[in-house]
Amino acid sequence: MLGKLDWSAIPFAQPIPLFAAGLVMLALLGAAIWVTRRGLWSYLWREWITSVDHKRIGIMYSMLALLMLLRGFIDAIMMRSQQSIAVHGAKGYLPPEHYDQIFSAHGTIMIFFGAMPFIIGLMNFVVPLQLGVRDVAFPTLNSVSFWLTASGALLVNMSLVIGEFARTGWLPYAPLSETTYSPGVGVDYYLWAIQISGAGTLMTGINLVTTILKMRTPGMSYMRMPMFCWTALGSNMLIVAAFPILTATLAMLTLDRYLGFHFFTNEAGGNMMMFVNLIWAWGHPEVYILILPAFGVFSEVFSTFSGKPLFGYRSMVAATLFIVVVSFFVWLHHFFTMGAGADVNAFFGIATSVIAVGTGVKIYNWLFTMVGGRLRFPTPMLWSLAFMVTFVVGGMTGVLMAVPPADFLLHNSMFLVAHFHNVIVGGVIFGAFAGYSFWFPKAFGFQLDERWGKRAFWPSLIGFVLTFGALYVVGLEGMTRRLQRTEVDDWIPWLHVALAGVGFMMLGVAAQAIQLYISIRDRERLRDLTGDPWDGRSLEWSTSSPPPAFNFAVMPDVRGEEAYWGMKRRAIEAQSLGDEPAYESIDMPRNSPTGIVTAFFATLIGFALIWQIWWLAILGFLGTYATFVVFAWRDRDEISVPVEEVTRIDRARRAARARHLGQNDEEPA
Amino acid sequence: MSSAAGTSSDPHRLGHGRNEDDNQRDTTGHGQGGPASKRIVVGYGFWIYLLSDIVLFSAFFAAYAVLAHATAGGPSGPQIFTRTRVAVETVCLLLSSYCCGLASLGAERRSQLTTQLSLAATGLLGAAFLAIELSEFAELMARGATPTRSAFLSSFFALVGLHGLHVTIGLLWLGTMMAQTWVKGFRPAIMRRLLCFSLFWHALDIVWVGVFSIVYLLGSRA
Amino acid sequence: MSDPYKKDSGDTVPGEGEDGAASLRGYTLGLALALLLTGASFWVASTNLVWAPSVPVAIVVLAVAQMGVHLVFFLHVTTGPDNTNNVLALAFGTLVVLLVIVGSIWIMGHLSHGMAMDHAAMGNMP
Repeated sequence: MLGKLDWSAIPFAQPIPLFAAGLVMLALLGAAIWVTRRGLWSYLWREWITSVDHKRIGIMYSMLALLMLLRGFIDAIMMRSQQSIAVHGAKGYLPPEHYDQIFSAHGTIMIFFGAMPFIIGLMNFVVPLQLGVRDVAFPTLNSVSFWLTASGALLVNMSLVIGEFARTGWLPYAPLSETTYSPGVGVDYYLWAIQISGAGTLMTGINLVTTILKMRTPGMSYMRMPMFCWTALGSNMLIVAAFPILTATLAMLTLDRYLGFHFFTNEAGGNMMMFVNLIWAWGHPEVYILILPAFGVFSEVFSTFSGKPLFGYRSMVAATLFIVVVSFFVWLHHFFTMGAGADVNAFFGIATSVIAVGTGVKIYNWLFTMVGGRLRFPTPMLWSLAFMVTFVVGGMTGVLMAVPPADFLLHNSMFLVAHFHNVIVGGVIFGAFAGYSFWFPKAFGFQLDERWGKRAFWPSLIGFVLTFGALYVVGLEGMTRRLQRTEVDDWIPWLHVALAGVGFMMLGVAAQAIQLYISIRDRERLRDLTGDPWDGRSLEWSTSSPPPAFNFAVMPDVRGEEAYWGMKRRAIEAQSLGDEPAYESIDMPRNSPTGIVTAFFATLIGFALIWQIWWLAILGFLGTYATFVVFAWRDRDEISVPVEEVTRIDRARRAARARHLGQNDEEPA
Repeated sequence: MSSAAGTSSDPHRLGHGRNEDDNQRDTTGHGQGGPASKRIVVGYGFWIYLLSDIVLFSAFFAAYAVLAHATAGGPSGPQIFTRTRVAVETVCLLLSSYCCGLASLGAERRSQLTTQLSLAATGLLGAAFLAIELSEFAELMARGATPTRSAFLSSFFALVGLHGLHVTIGLLWLGTMMAQTWVKGFRPAIMRRLLCFSLFWHALDIVWVGVFSIVYLLGSRA
Repeated sequence: MSDPYKKDSGDTVPGEGEDGAASLRGYTLGLALALLLTGASFWVASTNLVWAPSVPVAIVVLAVAQMGVHLVFFLHVTTGPDNTNNVLALAFGTLVVLLVIVGSIWIMGHLSHGMAMDHAAMGNMP
């Protein structure tokens, strides 16, 4: 009846996961009680859960990401402390099988449910606003994407208390992940969670590519798109082209595990290296899927806070597209050591070095953007500057490891671990935080507290440098990754330094939380009245904060690069906003519970397949098909915002702008 | 500084080219003329999805290409593939695609009868293809050539089965499409979905061309 | 059903060409060509009249030609006045498909060569 599921799945003997799970349950219960007492359920359902508004979905993506980053960070704390304690024959507090689950969960959660949703959330929120349109191409699909991602995150976290998580690393290399060596449900949790959220990610990719290529406001030609839209386009092209490879590879592993196929097994002709080959054909583009939008954020931030257009816009576009194509030519550098010959290794080594050229172009462009600018240093700018310095180091160590002979020494060492954290934390996470603090006022209508923003930034940076600096050193001293305990005295001081770094990062995380709290508490003081708190240059700053559901009462008319900057200049020059436009009623997509219902059935299917409860899986598939039919059958998919409301909302925005224009006519920008 | 002074020129327009006013605004293909119509947006989005689906197949093709000789002492391609059956399957699928084309023509002329009949023919031919494929699978399994026998057979069953799965999903979709067209008539939304369906169905043919060429024709040679 | 933007001049998607491109004649011609190419493929594979080593090349060439026929006559990717986006997307997709297949074959071939254990030998192992 319940497949493999019985009471032994609950780890009663392990205090740590039970305690953690209890804490999470209590928090969820508390939140539920709070929501019930405030009577917010119907508000949540109406305005958020069933919302197909790209801004709401973007915010929910980011909230999910913040939660999961926290969850992954707790895993990181456990690993660092375990490695500092478990020396000189001490065993530490994490038994090996638990430690293995923790590093697997850390990588999986950080990449798939931390970094990806954060980046996708930012793109979702910002891209339509920057393009001057009212929503993405497929709003309901967007909601389905988000809820599928949430469903995957739910499954991964469920494995904490029901069963176990994979012990096979963030990529379940075969044959370790085959049933012979991993008979438990851990790998199955991984597989279904990633497949479900991967489907969501693929839909997001299709959605945003279509949005960027086919839905731009009049006059927004390719060469007038803000840089962030270009990098988002690149990133989503990579999603569309690479995620199917991940789906296919994991499907093959699933067939191996469930039906006894022999794609990657040791016997019957299976080829385990084929798994490594295919998974990295997705895995390397994935790195660029994450970093390209971060590059876009930095471009926006540097240009805004230098008070200048981005230097070398066209070369930046070219570098982005160059990276998109070349990122498909480098995947073998993840497994130089597998035994392919010199020709293969040389080709991929050179391609890997070449791809650094694209990033180099970008670094110089950002530097020259700042040269001669009127620089300001609020929190987003600090994150961006820290990125520039640290990312160059991370990039250099990457180029170093692109040389196959060097890689033979460094493969799977802590040096590698330090390298990819250097680029992912220093690039993607710093970029995500820069974007978070940059666009927060646009999303919520009030700014984040700057003082606490800086208090969050500095310890994070110091902690980051300490931790991964120390890991570079132990890597060079020969420490390999994923060690539950070590016996080499030389490494101990460095492991302690790394732990101290984690302590600093904890301070940073705490400061971020306090910043959010203080900002919400003091939101009246921090209110963004004009919608343009940073003196921005692209269209998202031309609407109010937070933007109305339809984003723009009238589609903006773009007449040059840096669309909003031009409008602002014209307004200041003329000392007026121009005539009031002729308003019309606006058709907006109607809310739909399709997303959450689909995700509900997807979770059901995933859980049923993990525990091999076949009837439940069939039920889930039937439910999904029924949802599809019901959705296809609906007659009204749009609601009309009446012209009076459009007029009222936009008049309020224009009044705020006009006041601002009157107050600031002395100031050029 | 007065507001007028700082406005007209931005001294740092480095790397930025022209600021000309476009007079070629009307081409939505390049986005200058505002958002494209829903039909264009939906069709293009689906086109992107199809490309991603083809990439999905490419991974299975790659696995087949790499594992094709890993027979582990079990049956090899020439021993199990029969060309006649594949030829019949191919003809079924091509005719089905043709009927699907006829359905689009019927829908363009808003002819319920032509559209429904053509869609029904599309579905029947697709079902015939699927039936032949399933009988082939059953026969192979009965002869002991199961997917668990060798890596070669694993990759064969997975690749051909994935195509068959797509055909199955296409048939389910086709059923709902016929019902929608019947009940709701040729509304713009239905027309868009018919366009997507026909793209999907034709794209499956392209994949099948790859399957019969690489798996069956090349694979049946010793 | 209201469509707010009525000015799609010069923009197309796959599946709908200029007037007349998607015609009965077009589909019939496409079907005829597809059947012809399929027939040629099957014939090349089974006959002894063709020089044996050239057969795989011939089959691949015929397959590519047939895919082209399908793209043109059934999916109509090329008949619109402005199909840059459609064709660029197709080109990118094709590039990725080729990279995955050719790259995998090259890498894995090199590996088995380098490890000096071909799959047949591996398959015979217990």
